[in-house]
Amino acid sequence: MPVTTVVNSASSSAGGLSPALAEATSSDSALRRFLHGLPGVDQVGAEARAAGLGTRSIKTTAKEFAIDLAIRMVDLTTLEGQDTPGKVRALASKAMRPDPADQTCPQVAAVCVYPDMVAVAKETLGASGVHVASVATAFPSGRAALDIKLADTQDAVEAGADEIDMVIDRGAFLSGRYLEVFEEIVAVREACGDAHLKVIFETGELQTYDNVRRASWLAMMAGAHFIKTSTGKIQPAATLPVTLVMLEAVRDFRDVTGQMVGVKPAGGIRTTKDAIKYLVMVNEVAGGDWLDPDWFRFGASTLLNDLLMQRTKMRTGRYSGPDYFTLD
Amino acid sequence: MAPNEKAGTVFEYAPAPESRAVVDIKSSYGLFINGEFTDPAGGRSFKTVNPATEEVLAEVSEASTEDVDLAVKAARRAYTRVWSRMSGRERSKYLYRIARIIQERARELAVLESIDNGKPIKESRDVDIPLVAAYFFYYAGWADKLEYAGFGPTPQPLGVAGQVIPWNFPMMMLAWKIAPALAAGNTVVLKPAETTPLTALLFAEICQQADLPAGVVNIVTGAGETGRAVVAHEDVDKVAFTGSTEVGRAIAKAVAGTDKKVTLELGGKAANIVFDDAPVDQAVEGIVNGIFFNQGHVCCAGSRLLVQESVAEEVLERLKRRMGTLRVGDPLDKNTDIGAINSAEQLARIRELSDIGEAEGAGRWSPPCDLPAHGFWFPPTVFTGVSQAHRIAREEIFGPVLSVLTFRTPAEAVEKANNTPFGLSAGVWTDKGSRILWMADQLRAGVVWANTFNRFDPTSPFGGYKESGYGREGGRHGLEAYIR
Repeated sequence: MPVTTVVNSASSSAGGLSPALAEATSSDSALRRFLHGLPGVDQVGAEARAAGLGTRSIKTTAKEFAIDLAIRMVDLTTLEGQDTPGKVRALASKAMRPDPADQTCPQVAAVCVYPDMVAVAKETLGASGVHVASVATAFPSGRAALDIKLADTQDAVEAGADEIDMVIDRGAFLSGRYLEVFEEIVAVREACGDAHLKVIFETGELQTYDNVRRASWLAMMAGAHFIKTSTGKIQPAATLPVTLVMLEAVRDFRDVTGQMVGVKPAGGIRTTKDAIKYLVMVNEVAGGDWLDPDWFRFGASTLLNDLLMQRTKMRTGRYSGPDYFTLD
Repeated sequence: MAPNEKAGTVFEYAPAPESRAVVDIKSSYGLFINGEFTDPAGGRSFKTVNPATEEVLAEVSEASTEDVDLAVKAARRAYTRVWSRMSGRERSKYLYRIARIIQERARELAVLESIDNGKPIKESRDVDIPLVAAYFFYYAGWADKLEYAGFGPTPQPLGVAGQVIPWNFPMMMLAWKIAPALAAGNTVVLKPAETTPLTALLFAEICQQADLPAGVVNIVTGAGETGRAVVAHEDVDKVAFTGSTEVGRAIAKAVAGTDKKVTLELGGKAANIVFDDAPVDQAVEGIVNGIFFNQGHVCCAGSRLLVQESVAEEVLERLKRRMGTLRVGDPLDKNTDIGAINSAEQLARIRELSDIGEAEGAGRWSPPCDLPAHGFWFPPTVFTGVSQAHRIAREEIFGPVLSVLTFRTPAEAVEKANNTPFGLSAGVWTDKGSRILWMADQLRAGVVWANTFNRFDPTSPFGGYKESGYGREGGRHGLEAYIR
């Protein structure tokens, strides 16, 4: 459990890494030693804990609170080959006014699109406060040369993206070239400028929880603002146990460095019930500080309408049919 | 990092109480003898209360020696005339039927268990009652296969079993006792604990509902006197007891010199051993589950945490932070993690031993938590700086109180873990498979859990070494205690 050692020697150097963490990223072998020295994750235990948290019963006022919070955390996403300016404009409108029939309904956190759609989204969203997030770095596979990935990122930033969702090179990670993955994240972070960087692991391809924990630390040390489970293109995408391991990682990282990193499960979260399970987990594992759109997001497309339906049900006591909610 | 950092956003869980409407508690209960509820001969009764509120739930009959005699006679009659003559296949039908009814009435049983015992509905609903059904299903499967259980070609039942069970898992202990006894062809007289008789009485109704032949199961409620009468009755062939070591000793004396067969499942002071290479977050969960599950009213609770000194500080920090998220309160609230202490008597014992721990110089810590004004409550508590010489490291507290000790090497961990008169269970947390096997070999405990704790399964035998008792319950081994 090298985390202890790191805790003891951690300095509160603002921005940069503490000497101990900087040392861990000084060479491929040092990084490997550090990542493989992280406490292991017992699969059975992690899954049992996630399932246990999933049995919390969130009712009445707590449910109202959770639904509004979840809506504010949604990164409303369209990442399709068939995306057009029209589709993106419609999505952006929905992001600003998720429920046209109810002015008290909060807007979502961001709209998530491909780089070529950033300008369209930006134009529609204007100064609404809804961010534009763009995937980049040869999303979703990440199989391109570094300069192409950086150009992809810069394109999106120049078009006005507030947030960049990059993918890591899973091939490099799985073959143990951790420093290569680390340096790529550092380079993309630099290319982001003022935009916030979310790092996607594609946990469905990393497969083990030990890998998820290692990837989390690697990305956080490289300067990620957010760590994100999946592209949504690979199954399984976000799961509760994977998110549990990532929440433990950001919690531990703050203990060591004082810096907070956000978490974004993406893909497969479709119902209010699921979203609330995630919020309970955030609350009880990372803590209330993370219960904010600045620190926790849902990458989702269909989740929003279920949240809206449940919200209307809570407020009116009746379920409305799906035709009463916009399809965008 | 300070435990219980002030949360940025406060996510308050609204009360989520399970409805009590599903249970129908009568104002008074008779004894279940020969298939009928009957009034006790002495006419005496006692009250059972809801430990979370101190509300009186019902008047329950106190069985006298005379009543116990009637129950044993009924059991003997049912044994001789019906149950021992019935084919295994027929017996298994009854057991399957009981198991199915338990599943159908699971919610009712869970709510009643939580009301009478104080355990959180989360546990009675997700652990106790599903396991109760599982034990009946499992032993139902054995009833027609006893010839192949490895106890000879013609295994025979013993006769009438006198069974005395504790208050910590009222229904589960009932299942552990009754299911194998009936499967093997015995009939039973069972005495539930005086503070938790209600689910056993509901089980009596289930026996009626299942058309179980009269006298096969008899339930006599009462306290120590009644228990002694069951154990001492000369027509009882087999005694099965789960409870304190003190009472277990008395039972062993009482049956000495008779030809009664005995199984005793007694106290424990289990070591939960965390090595420096343990999966730390899961180990913390295991520590919490080990000692705070069922308010620590668990004979196999991991009440001694042995943690490798090199990681002790980190593990403790994480443990305290985790303890800060435990929700103590209304057992019927679906979000409650820790319910009520079962009785005023038990609460007094936990308080006494905790005060002794403090007086002996151990560091006491509990997360801030508001305890309800009525009922019996004790906050989750951890004692640090505990050594083998402390009483809280030696005596069974049977409450949500953890003693933390450290060790340096695997050999020292084994030495400390085994340095107790008990030997019921132990836990080992390490990523190294070979060490798990080595530890399991060295630990003198009936159950050794690796990278988990407090897991039960009907296929797995359970029982103790040394003062934790003798005999095994559960699995194929559990049949042996009811077969000749």
